[in-house]
Amino acid sequence: MHRDSERHKLFSRRTAMLAGGKAVLLSALVGRMYYLQVVESDKYKTLADENRINFRLLAPPRGRIVDRFGVPMADNQQNYRVVLIPEQTGDVEETLRRLGRIISIRKGEKKHILREVRRKRSFVPVTLRENLNWEDVARIEVNTPDLPGVMIDVGQSRFYPFAIETSHVLGYVAAVSEGETKGDPLLELPGFRIGKSGIEKIYDLALRGSSGSSQVEVNAYGRVIRELNRSEGQPGTRLQLTLDSGLQQMASKRLGEESGSIVVMDVHSGGVLAMVSTPGFDPNAFNKGLSSDEWNALISNDKSPLINKSIGGHYAPGSTFKMVVALAALEKGVITAESEVFCSGKTELGNATFHCWKKGGHGIVNLNAGIAQSCDVYFYEIARRTGIERIAAMARRLGLGARLGLDLPGEKGGLIPSDKWKRGAIGAPWQKGETLLAGIGQGYVLTTPLQLAVMTARIVNGGVAVTPHLTRDIVTKNGITKREQEPARDIGLIPAHLALIRDAMDTVVNVPGGTAFGARIISPDFRMGGKTGTAQVRRISKQERENRVLKNSELPWKERDHALFVGYAPVDAPRYSIAVIVEHGGGGSQVAAPIGRDVLEEAQRRNAARPGEDIPLEKALETKIIPLSGDDESTQG
Amino acid sequence: MMKAHKGDLTMAGEALNKSDLSIAQRLWRVHWLFVLVLIATASVGFAMLYSAANGSFDPWAARQMMRFGVGIGIMLLVAMTNLRVWLKYSYAFYAVTLLLLGAVELGGTIGMGAQRWIDLGVINLQPSELMKVAMVLALSRYFHSGNIEDIGRPTFLLTPLFLVAAPTALVLRQPDLGTALMLVIGSGAIFFAAGVRIWKFVVLLVMGLASAPIGWQFLRDYQKQRVLTFLNPENDPLGSGYHIIQSKIALGSGGLFGKGFMQGSQSHLSFLPEKQTDFIFTMLAEEFGLVGGLGLLGLYVLILAYGFTISLNCRNHFGRLVGMGVTTTFFLYVFINIAMVMGLIPVVGVPLPLISYGGTAMMTLLLGFGLLLSVHINRDESIGRRGAADDF
Repeated sequence: MHRDSERHKLFSRRTAMLAGGKAVLLSALVGRMYYLQVVESDKYKTLADENRINFRLLAPPRGRIVDRFGVPMADNQQNYRVVLIPEQTGDVEETLRRLGRIISIRKGEKKHILREVRRKRSFVPVTLRENLNWEDVARIEVNTPDLPGVMIDVGQSRFYPFAIETSHVLGYVAAVSEGETKGDPLLELPGFRIGKSGIEKIYDLALRGSSGSSQVEVNAYGRVIRELNRSEGQPGTRLQLTLDSGLQQMASKRLGEESGSIVVMDVHSGGVLAMVSTPGFDPNAFNKGLSSDEWNALISNDKSPLINKSIGGHYAPGSTFKMVVALAALEKGVITAESEVFCSGKTELGNATFHCWKKGGHGIVNLNAGIAQSCDVYFYEIARRTGIERIAAMARRLGLGARLGLDLPGEKGGLIPSDKWKRGAIGAPWQKGETLLAGIGQGYVLTTPLQLAVMTARIVNGGVAVTPHLTRDIVTKNGITKREQEPARDIGLIPAHLALIRDAMDTVVNVPGGTAFGARIISPDFRMGGKTGTAQVRRISKQERENRVLKNSELPWKERDHALFVGYAPVDAPRYSIAVIVEHGGGGSQVAAPIGRDVLEEAQRRNAARPGEDIPLEKALETKIIPLSGDDESTQG
Repeated sequence: MMKAHKGDLTMAGEALNKSDLSIAQRLWRVHWLFVLVLIATASVGFAMLYSAANGSFDPWAARQMMRFGVGIGIMLLVAMTNLRVWLKYSYAFYAVTLLLLGAVELGGTIGMGAQRWIDLGVINLQPSELMKVAMVLALSRYFHSGNIEDIGRPTFLLTPLFLVAAPTALVLRQPDLGTALMLVIGSGAIFFAAGVRIWKFVVLLVMGLASAPIGWQFLRDYQKQRVLTFLNPENDPLGSGYHIIQSKIALGSGGLFGKGFMQGSQSHLSFLPEKQTDFIFTMLAEEFGLVGGLGLLGLYVLILAYGFTISLNCRNHFGRLVGMGVTTTFFLYVFINIAMVMGLIPVVGVPLPLISYGGTAMMTLLLGFGLLLSVHINRDESIGRRGAADDF
């Protein structure tokens, strides 16, 4: 057994070596455990939390926009959408095919959905269709057993109860485009909408609110297990506008199918009560996303439905400019109220002839008659005497020729020409004849409807430089401050002169022979004053003038005159001013003045000073305070 | 030790006497403390499986407990069996297992991309697992029969080399890298303990390394991928490296004391793959921290220490080698699994012994421990070089 003993000794020695080796290896394990769990522990704890915890931004509800009485004009509505979670679906195409039997899915739509499905991780819901109606929701819910992974999801979407009638003022919201995703992380949320035009755009930051966040625990597949922490965001600021939604709606309907604009404002505060531009567009459609056909239709429409003509349309003011010229002439002292000019139907300057709109002429005309009958020759004469510089200065004091700083994007400044302007822009000196043209609001002079409303307001409020605004309060990114009473910045007009002009504007409407006498307001409490205008958009040739000037109805739409009207009411204690323009509508007295009358009468009946309180959207829709657009098509008279 | 010095004849006589130990005596001689440690370790496993199922005995813990119960029974049966019986049938056992392993090549059912099972109707048999025990028995018997001079002869080593090479080749074909590795290293340990010169290992190692590039050609793509991923897991964080990274995060975030029972965020939020099987150690270390990990390691060291002691105290060479082989196999399970989940070695499918969910590895282990206990019970028995052949 000696051998076995040797063998045993060798075995013992070798076993000891093996045990040593194993001890070394086990120590390596212990060392590694110490390294991972003690030395590097913090790093891995962070990584584990990063694994486990996801931050999700919560979109705050967008601030609602209400009118001066609290009627909702833009609000958030529950939006039912159908979403698909690819990982729960299995065969996406088959599911889409089945869903297609319930709600029709177009080919392009399907392609888009399949691309989304491939792009996103399989547990991320893909939106198949938004703004489902109740019927579709019900039909999908009933069929869920056949539609694995398809769910109905409720979100909020912007809803404009007045739709097309407020489209230009309020603007619209739409998905964030690629260039805009900088800064706010909210913008990267899928489905987030931002203001793209109008009030929605200019007050976007205030309306947007600030994001909340939700801290959720997710598993390895990103599925939410539970919510750990949640901080609600700051909802968007509620905006109260100076607009009167009812007046806005009425004015919009009154313009009907015409292409035009109406601006009504408070002559003392500058608050805009109505701002209509027709044709409009459906802002709710923008929110959903327009099809390319719909977009092309909007773009190619001659009547430019996307442009807010009230602030972005440039029009020759025509005869509505005559008050400016008269005030300048009175101030310069080249005329008095009694100064008379003989109108033979035309006047000559050098070898050019300037015609009055009335072929036979007005005979002897003074200031009141010149305005009331809108005699062109009278204004050629007093413009010649006053000179373009004085006229331009007066126009600017009354709010023309420069942007007024309305809180709305896209405001244009108009154009009040002068010698200096002409040399700079055209490179030629001012011609005397051009002064005459400017005297009747033609030639280079361009204004926006808003400017005309402001001009009228400044004339009838005693020469106070009101500036227009749309919100009752001043809204900035940091919050809201009450709009202070406008400090009465006097533009230095002589009250007697203003009284003469107001008197003349009264005559225009309320005295037989005035150009707007046919459009006067009968009710004695609501009587208005005003001035009509007809702006020529084409040149009348000498030959045509000698034969017969074509009537508007004989011309193609694009060549017809613009019809204008500016007015105020009540005539004795003015509170509202109005500017109406109907593009290619014909004569101001026949077309624009009646519209102005109806809107001003409505404005007075509605009384902007009456109290109001906020109405929730649901109630507003239920009680039919707001007829939904499209409910009844107003007939155009 | 005195008895070992007696003559061959007396030894044979004594051995006969010793083999006549009564059942009661055998039961008395069972290393109950060792069995207790096994139960304690397995209980840790039950707790972890309970946690893995989010606090439920279904689907893992209950079945594992049942298996363990059956396994302990089989282990005690094996322990009660006379070691000579094992010596006698060791070659036969090996041959049958090798045949089964070959059969897997032909009739095995595909599972997890590798053929490893034979469906016996009642249970799925995994011959490669069984081979770990069969190999220990066969090699122990072979080296038991040779004396010190024999060990020195290179030709003497050819047979055992073949005994290792044949099943290893079959297992590699399946392909099962982890089991092949365990077979080779486990056998190597027996060669080593039997006294094969160290330089011979060095020669083999050098030859092995030299042929590694050739062997690389034979690896399956997923095996190559695992090796490459091991070398740089961060390279492919969403692919194969994901498991290792997530496992390290789970371990590391467990810290000193862990996140608490059933509180492992990595494990319970499915970041951890295979948490009930191969990565169960990670889960334990995440929930109980370094302290918990070391605790389990302590239990393992206790089992290893008992294994060594039993081997060293055995009076017959066969028993010594069997004890040594079983202990080493157990060690390999522990080391390969834990080193793998900590990112020290490539991902190879080796379960954590007595803890991971699964029946086959547990059967192998408890079979092995049964042999170890048998060695302990028959520790005073001397068996001649020609072993069983002398006696029966």
